[in-house]
Amino acid sequence: MRTAISPGAAEAAPNAGAQLVPKLRVRNLNFYYGSFHALKSITLDVPERKVTAFIGPSGCGKSTLLRTFNRMYSLYPEQRAEGEIMMDGENLVTSKQDVSLIRARIGMVFQKATPFPMSIYDNIAFGVRLFEKLNRGQMDERVEWALKRAALWDEVKSKLGQSGNSLSGGQQQRLCIARSIAIRPEVILLDEPCSALDPISTAKVEELINELKNDYTVLIVTHNMQQAARVSDFTAYMYLGELIEYDATDTIFIKPKHKQTEDYITGRFG
Amino acid sequence: MPTSTTEHSIKQFDVDLESLRSRMLQMGGLVESQILAAIDGFYNGNLQALDQVVENDRRVNGFEVSIDNECSHIIARRQPAAGDLRLILGVGKAVTDLERVGDEAKKIAVVSKQIHESGRLQIPRLADIRRAGGIVVGMLRKALDAFARLDAVAAAEVIRDDAAIDEAFRGMMRQLITFMMEDPRTISTAFEIVWVARSLERMGDHSKNVAEQVIYIVKGTDVRHTSFVDVEREASR
Repeated sequence: MRTAISPGAAEAAPNAGAQLVPKLRVRNLNFYYGSFHALKSITLDVPERKVTAFIGPSGCGKSTLLRTFNRMYSLYPEQRAEGEIMMDGENLVTSKQDVSLIRARIGMVFQKATPFPMSIYDNIAFGVRLFEKLNRGQMDERVEWALKRAALWDEVKSKLGQSGNSLSGGQQQRLCIARSIAIRPEVILLDEPCSALDPISTAKVEELINELKNDYTVLIVTHNMQQAARVSDFTAYMYLGELIEYDATDTIFIKPKHKQTEDYITGRFG
Repeated sequence: MPTSTTEHSIKQFDVDLESLRSRMLQMGGLVESQILAAIDGFYNGNLQALDQVVENDRRVNGFEVSIDNECSHIIARRQPAAGDLRLILGVGKAVTDLERVGDEAKKIAVVSKQIHESGRLQIPRLADIRRAGGIVVGMLRKALDAFARLDAVAAAEVIRDDAAIDEAFRGMMRQLITFMMEDPRTISTAFEIVWVARSLERMGDHSKNVAEQVIYIVKGTDVRHTSFVDVEREASR
């Protein structure tokens, strides 16, 4: 895409003027690992049913930011967040809600596939049982639905009773995605979901991400800039705990405003 | 923002981009010399020099193909982004225009040869052809300088200069029509000179296109098909 000032070009641009609704509103978010100030006054809106990518060099705070969205840090007493992450009028940082309820609304998939040591079927059903009382037929339907959404059904439908660990790395990662969507979250956090996958599995996961955004708000942290360019609608570039630039992915990859962003995405990071 | 001047972590990427820039400038230099040689030939009838212009056009074409090839190579191997991507896209388009300028120079050489070889009644050689040629060469040189220095403001000046060449073309047409009306024996030659004038006018357009690509490379804004006021505003932003 070229940024054009010609009047006809705007008309020809796809998705021109689409309305964006923020799903998560982050305001002045600070995060500390003990005395280390890891996120510095982050402010951004994450649009609903879009894919937002977070890129930046190691240690820039992108994974930390992702982890604050579903209160993953609550497990560690020395870690704390300050500021606002508003979702549907509630500040997730100060919310007294049970974190497992927050995590049911904001699912997460990690860098390394982490299937539970149980059958493929139970990997999906386990989380669902925590939140919903479904009869066997309904549960079967839910498992099938989640596996189909994660583009894994055809590969596992004949072996649902086998261990989740018997699957390939790419299949395990899609199983984890199926597990997270089975409880019908509103937001899905993906932390380097493809870093351990081969190109074919990566392509399947990326295709899946593209499908998921029809129903979910997706946030993805990735070291692979081309992946961010391929899958995301919006991209945030972070450096040393600060949000340097946040814009439409096309803008970030073609005409970034900040030299730091340009240097990073063009491989000039020294 | 202007394209970054910091070096890439992968040094070979810098080498590739530098090679692309310098080959584009080499091609531009060759095209510029082709225009000058064709116009000289138009006036002095040096048939050998005119043949040389025709022959050199193969080199211009070769540059176009090999620079396009380099662009594909960099895209495939490096997945360029931002300023690097704009440089490659801009160069890819600009070389097409440079090649067309080369074609126009060749056309002038061919027509000039026909005029001189035919021995037809000569009409006073229009001084305006040389003047227009000077403007065109100036535009192209300025566009290439702007490319070398990543100077969007200088590129915008080239776009403004295109009005001068269009005006010169209209002036030449009026003169040629006057010749033809005054003396029908000049019609054949005058028609051939119309083609020369037309080639110069097209060269101006192509130089302008090159300048537009320079603005895209530097500023990331596509200024094609916009008013000159918009172009200047973007270039100086």
